[in-house]
Amino acid sequence: MNNIAIEARELTRRFGSYIAVNKLDLRIPRGTIYGFLGPNGSGKSTTIRLLTGLLTPDSGTVNILGLQLPAQAEQLRTRIGYMTQKFSLFGDLTLQENLQFIGRIYGLGRSVMKQRIEELLTLYELADRRHLLADELSGGQKQRLALAAATIHKPELLFLDEPTSAVDPENRRDFWEKLFDLSDSGTTILVSTHYMDEAERCHYLAILEAGVKRADDTPQNLMANMDANVVEICGPNLRQLKQQLLQLGQVKSVAQQGVQLRVLVDRAVTDPVSQLRRDCVALQPSHQLAVVRPSLEDVFVMCTGDRS
Amino acid sequence: MGFFNRIAAITLKEFRQLSRDRLTFGMVVMIPLIQLLLFGYAINNNIRNINIGLVDEARSFASRSIVDAVRATQVVNIVRHYPTVQEAEAGITAGEVRAVLVLPANLDQRAANASQSQPLGQWLIDGSDNIVSSALLGLRNMPLQELQRSYRPQTSPVFEGVLYFNPERRTPVNIVPGLLAVILTMTMILFTATAIVREKERGNIELLITTPLRSLELMLGKIIPFILIGLAQMTIILMLGHFVFDVPINGRPIQIVGATLLFIAASLTLGLIISTIAKTQLQAMQMTVFVLLPSILLSGFLFPYEGMPRPAQYIAEALPATHFVRMIRGVVLRDASLDIMRADTSFLLGFTLVGLVIATLKFKKSLD
Repeated sequence: MNNIAIEARELTRRFGSYIAVNKLDLRIPRGTIYGFLGPNGSGKSTTIRLLTGLLTPDSGTVNILGLQLPAQAEQLRTRIGYMTQKFSLFGDLTLQENLQFIGRIYGLGRSVMKQRIEELLTLYELADRRHLLADELSGGQKQRLALAAATIHKPELLFLDEPTSAVDPENRRDFWEKLFDLSDSGTTILVSTHYMDEAERCHYLAILEAGVKRADDTPQNLMANMDANVVEICGPNLRQLKQQLLQLGQVKSVAQQGVQLRVLVDRAVTDPVSQLRRDCVALQPSHQLAVVRPSLEDVFVMCTGDRS
Repeated sequence: MGFFNRIAAITLKEFRQLSRDRLTFGMVVMIPLIQLLLFGYAINNNIRNINIGLVDEARSFASRSIVDAVRATQVVNIVRHYPTVQEAEAGITAGEVRAVLVLPANLDQRAANASQSQPLGQWLIDGSDNIVSSALLGLRNMPLQELQRSYRPQTSPVFEGVLYFNPERRTPVNIVPGLLAVILTMTMILFTATAIVREKERGNIELLITTPLRSLELMLGKIIPFILIGLAQMTIILMLGHFVFDVPINGRPIQIVGATLLFIAASLTLGLIISTIAKTQLQAMQMTVFVLLPSILLSGFLFPYEGMPRPAQYIAEALPATHFVRMIRGVVLRDASLDIMRADTSFLLGFTLVGLVIATLKFKKSLD
């Protein structure tokens, strides 16, 4: 038993002439929460579908929990759980009926299933809703139901495809508490997201763009090792100033955040504040400049080469 | 002009969407084209080549000339020779022939004493299809030039006709068992096809694929509830037919249920195949209609098989409904059993097995 849950080498998948996943290498340790961060269309969902055996790769190898895909995909089924991006349980069944259905599919015995469903209903605070139809639930409740269904057979590995895209921040925070509990009990979790706050919670993070992995490390290391310093500018005429700054070679990106500009300056520039004052004529004394701690969004912007 | 612009915008959008849905677009053209060509030829009440049997007890010149004359009408096609009337009746029950012409041993005597206006022979007719039986009854008064040497009053028929199974020639007796075939075709195919396509549309399939569930398990699990629904429909139709329309139920229940189960199984697998092709419930419905129309018109439910041209008969043979219409009329009205209607029974069985294999192979457990 090695301690690698997922190992993929040169994983590639095309749809016609479009390359959705391009020579992706992954090594995901057991027991971690591993995040895929990337814009829409970056290949997050396709990668998850390749790793769960829903799609067959055009080339490359995948080893999940010691099993080769796609050859041993059927053996893997009982050991993984998958929560789809779109709610895919049955809207015209009640909560309890949905869980019973999934439990039977996974071959749980009567008494085990009954006990497990009670456990899940309590854990995910759904016990009082058990006789409601799934379609009548709110976004957050649907989500918890989906997580309960995906973990009913206690999988070793859990795939979550943009699990919180349909819920509010508070529900998202609660949801992550549940994920940490699962992780604590030894479950490996692979989660895709395009929310920075969600990505920041992962133990490890891979940033994907156009089917290519741009970076992967812990969120802290990604922020610490970023190829740019972050300068915040407060002052008047920010829209014009932004255009001016973008002309400069050492400026990687400028983004307005309310009353300030967030400027990513090449790491090679040792003193970015004075350098900017020197190079940019539009900067007036009334503008305040300060180097600040990078955020994950800055890392994301650097990785995906966005210069807006 | 906003009014017309907005209508034009909607119309244009509808056409664009329709042109992207290639299956629907195809159906728009194919349904009228194929079905009209098919039925334009198929719907024909001039019956020809009805399969009949012959019991020739006379074995004389007269009997041979009568047989030649009957054959010359082209209405019938003599396919069997039975030594006795009992065996001939069994042949009718089994559905081997639609009718039997019995020429008695004293045929020559009867022909000679024409003035006594005794009929020369007897037609034993399967009355379970009214159109066929009227065509055969029409032969009672056929002119027989060979034997017209002596005077024969026009009023007395040449042959006597006996209608088996539906002597009063009531329409419900003919229609009710056939209706069972049509209703089951419609509901069974449509239910299964839409049941699976709905899960595809809603995304449930994506979840099911990642579970240990196998394709065959999914297919069989889907089919079983509809088998029960089909049997319930059968019970309703036959009960209603029997108690309201006085349709005789001559067959044994086990035979009726057996025949119906075979047909339900065949229809359900057809529904499964449709569900693996159709992407939306609308497409599934259109494809069901595409199968349903020929099942109504070509299966022998409305128009007898014997009245259809060859190509239409070939298509009819490929439809499960055709075989079931034959079987269920045989079982319900003639008390035939499934083992003597072996050809139809084995067709439905084979259709189901092949269909199930195709559907399972086509429903791959992946999203590729």
